[in-house]
Amino acid sequence: MAIVQPVQPALEQAGWGKGEPLRLDRAPLFLLYINVLIIASCGLVYELLAGTLASYVLGDSVTQFSLVIGFYLFALGIGAWLSGFIVGSPARVFVEVELAVALVGGCSAPVLFLAFGYLRGFHFALFSVVTLIGTLVGLELPLLMRILKEHLDFRDLVSRVLAFDYIGALAASLLFPLFLVPQLGLVRTSFVVGLLNALVALWGTHLLRPLLPRRVGGLQGRAFLVIGLLVAGIIKADLFTDLAEEQQFGNPVVFARTSQYQRIVVTRSESDFHLFLNGNLQFHSADEYRYHEALVHPAFSAAIDRRHVLVLGGGDGLALREIFRYPDVESATLVDIDPAMTELGSGLPLLRTLNADAFGDRRLRVIHEDALIWLEQVDRKYDLVIIDFPDPSSFAVGKLYTTTFYRRLLRCLAPDGVVAVQCTSPLSAPRSFWCVVKTLENAGLHTWPYRASVPSFGEWGFVLAARRDLGTVSNWRLDERVASQLKFLDNSGLQGLFELPLDMRRLEVEPNRWNNQILVRYYESEWARWK
Amino acid sequence: MLKASAIAGTAACSGCGSRVGPFSFPGAIIGAARDRGHELRGDRRLDEPVAEWHTVDVVIVGGGVAGLASAWTLDKLGLRDFVLLELEEALGGTSRGGRSDVSAYPWGAHYLPTPMPENIELLRLLHEAGAIEQFDADGSAVYAEEQLCRDPEERLFYDGQWHEDLLPSDVSDRERGEWDRFRIEVDAWVAWRDPQGRRAFVLPSDRGSDDPKVAALDAISMTEWMEQRRFHSPFVRWEIEYACRDDYGTTLDQTSAWAGLFYFASRIRNPGESPQPLLTWPEGNGRLVRFFADQLGNRARTGMLVTAMRPAKSATSGGNGGGVDEAASLKPGSMPEGPFDGVEVVARSAADGILRGWRARHAIFAGPQFIARRIIENYDRERGDAVRQFTYAPWLVANLHLRDRPVEHSFPVAWDNVIRDGQGLGYVVATHQSGRDHGPTVLTYYRPLCEFTPSEGREWLESCDWNACVDVVLRDLEIAHSDLRPLIVRLDVMHWGHAMIRPVPGFRFGTARARCQERFGNIQFAHTDLSGIALFEEAFAHGCRAAREIADQQRERVP
Repeated sequence: MAIVQPVQPALEQAGWGKGEPLRLDRAPLFLLYINVLIIASCGLVYELLAGTLASYVLGDSVTQFSLVIGFYLFALGIGAWLSGFIVGSPARVFVEVELAVALVGGCSAPVLFLAFGYLRGFHFALFSVVTLIGTLVGLELPLLMRILKEHLDFRDLVSRVLAFDYIGALAASLLFPLFLVPQLGLVRTSFVVGLLNALVALWGTHLLRPLLPRRVGGLQGRAFLVIGLLVAGIIKADLFTDLAEEQQFGNPVVFARTSQYQRIVVTRSESDFHLFLNGNLQFHSADEYRYHEALVHPAFSAAIDRRHVLVLGGGDGLALREIFRYPDVESATLVDIDPAMTELGSGLPLLRTLNADAFGDRRLRVIHEDALIWLEQVDRKYDLVIIDFPDPSSFAVGKLYTTTFYRRLLRCLAPDGVVAVQCTSPLSAPRSFWCVVKTLENAGLHTWPYRASVPSFGEWGFVLAARRDLGTVSNWRLDERVASQLKFLDNSGLQGLFELPLDMRRLEVEPNRWNNQILVRYYESEWARWK
Repeated sequence: MLKASAIAGTAACSGCGSRVGPFSFPGAIIGAARDRGHELRGDRRLDEPVAEWHTVDVVIVGGGVAGLASAWTLDKLGLRDFVLLELEEALGGTSRGGRSDVSAYPWGAHYLPTPMPENIELLRLLHEAGAIEQFDADGSAVYAEEQLCRDPEERLFYDGQWHEDLLPSDVSDRERGEWDRFRIEVDAWVAWRDPQGRRAFVLPSDRGSDDPKVAALDAISMTEWMEQRRFHSPFVRWEIEYACRDDYGTTLDQTSAWAGLFYFASRIRNPGESPQPLLTWPEGNGRLVRFFADQLGNRARTGMLVTAMRPAKSATSGGNGGGVDEAASLKPGSMPEGPFDGVEVVARSAADGILRGWRARHAIFAGPQFIARRIIENYDRERGDAVRQFTYAPWLVANLHLRDRPVEHSFPVAWDNVIRDGQGLGYVVATHQSGRDHGPTVLTYYRPLCEFTPSEGREWLESCDWNACVDVVLRDLEIAHSDLRPLIVRLDVMHWGHAMIRPVPGFRFGTARARCQERFGNIQFAHTDLSGIALFEEAFAHGCRAAREIADQQRERVP
């Protein structure tokens, strides 16, 4: 490979003394081609990241990929076009552009995750990021070709640069699905690829030294800064998504946040999404309607009066969706300890669609407090209470299933009021299930245990409770105005919920007391068998 | 002992002004009334004339649980004309609690085992105070569930982790076997009855047996008893010593075998059963103090430094009546006209500095004996020898106000959290019982100073400034919570110089204790030190007894 003759203007511009030869001989030229290869790989990975992320969080991968690729290619064109306006040292601009790509591209996945979690305008963020990266990447090759054009003849230049560019694309398209995403996850991949770009920039300050202004300290300083940021990102990537979590959940994580109370994770598969609290599935969008119809409608069918409804837990708003189907509901009060949960329910577009924008209903009042503490001071009565707490896997949650809790609840239950409680699986955790029933009875309530089949959970258990005998189940009828909207329950299905098969028959258990939380111990031992 | 040298090192350092802190949070040493109490040491009780005299049936001196129980019982017996004088600004003695925006919290005693069915008076109190909701047909008490200690009750920190319960799982089978053997010994005492059918260990303790077999246990220390019974396991030793430190502020060497066994056997109703469940409240036994205080109204006067009590001649006095003949020592002008049959009590109010006097038919001295000696005329001369056998354990208690909870990795937070390698007893969490599991809370840290002799312990406390105390507290708690310091918004320290009577060998069945229980003229005594064990049940029983005896005397008086 011929080392090309020095170029006098560049030499002078670079501040070299006259008469001294300027040579790009600080490294073999093929290293520059490696540069091209890396740049090309990185550029394609950013495109794939944006496409993948968009299809994760929005679904419909054909549309998402098509749009992302289109915008990206178009932005490449903008970049190429803009390169024509760049005068002065292409080498310096190249290093600057590399640093910019490193920063914007490297942070693209975490920024988009955050945008998805916190902003309504995810599409705007997505296409802004894609366009920006595309434009910057579009600047890279023309600049590099301008740098190299002095050293190669045009025919060699075009053939070699484009060849390495396409090799890079192949490398990226193989690495992305086979190594990067499974091993690093989207966020870390983004940071790692950004880091590669930043290293190219740093290396460039050395490789292109003869073509750069004398003082490159500033450039190198910025390069180190960007590298530092990205390395920190790699280390802290778990703040956005936890790879172990993705492996645990088996699907890409599209939202993750650790609130003061719990770890909230939303994952996404091809057509569905799922909410996990502390690693426990709360709903699967494909079959949550079975769970929430079973949680809400039996109580509404058994209740005489249903004007004032209290929901404890249920910050995802899905129980509210079922409740607001009833025109006779005048007020609904939702008590969920975690503001992060109701923010998710009211802000995450996926969830807002699923809960039919329940948080926008004027009948709703939201309270963020521990339900046990809140019940101590409540001074009004509710006709219906829907309890949708997480399973009693800890003492802090287990206390919400104690006789003490239910006695407090009784104080705000109207004389004819009805309570519905989700109470884990009567098949997988029968002692836990019957323990909740027993505890309600111990608190002085009549109970009607029932179950529904929710494929993503398995056989799931609930119990209705009331101060007085509500009569036989066969007298309970769904409200006709609501029945037509349901996907799971009809009147005969409603009766069927209360017919428990033999393998779910009642077990003799202790009630769950404030001073002896037997339920947490039952739950732990029973679910240990299935994990 | 290692422990002793470690804390002695701390004491030496704080004494010589070594630098600890500064800490980024505020706090104070509570216990200002200590200085007022020390005024009694100077012999100036009768230097000034009494400004005003009041007449009542009964004066109660001391507003701890014994005094409050006396007042409650006097009310029950229809003797409503009494006044209760308390040195501190708050009632409750070592059962008092404090309150912040976040939670109420204890400053001392913080739980009460549910009483056995025989302890009728205490059951009645708990019923009135709302801890017992009703009595079933068979007479058994139904407790308000949320006043029973919330599960999980206890956890123990060792090997870098918290573990459920106080019985660690990392002990050998041999050691566990030894623990089982100890439980069998305890069960044998639970089942034991004397010829009169009395249990050996029962609350209140005066209803227990005085059989020689039981008395013999008081002659030896718990250490000796364990030696005799071949209990050598460090684990068993730790468990039993923890119980002694917790309830008495004493080590195994300092505790009589009677008291050591009392801790375990008095809480178990029948052999093989678990100990009685515990009642607790965010403010600890301060909840019951508040109940008592609500009944008292303005008959309770706080901030009253009682400077003198003088028993006068009493025709009906059947007691030993010591000092009756030397009764004429009040200053001229303060003597009432005519014959006076009762007790005079003089106290200075912290609010206005005025010296006030009360003339009463009867008085109940519901304070510790070492104070009785200083304020009851001629008491020291009559009973000084006996009183000097009463020794009291000093304690350090700290309340840590936290902005948030320390991070938990292993077994979750319990009500009582014990650090095995710590020098204190660990901490209780004020918000545990109220069910607040997130955000700000208050931790109460307990540290009996049993590594010292009592007077050395008190000297150590006095030498400790706030920084030194905080250092002691944090050094212990940071074993388990390395992230604690930045969470603290305030840390207050209580110096209890005389927190608990010490049940040292020989004290319980010795003559001194029996002698000091007898009334002195018309002064009755009510305090846990008369039992030798500082438990709520004992204070309560003494208070009730003293009030009943006064009522009996009154009845005798009426023809």
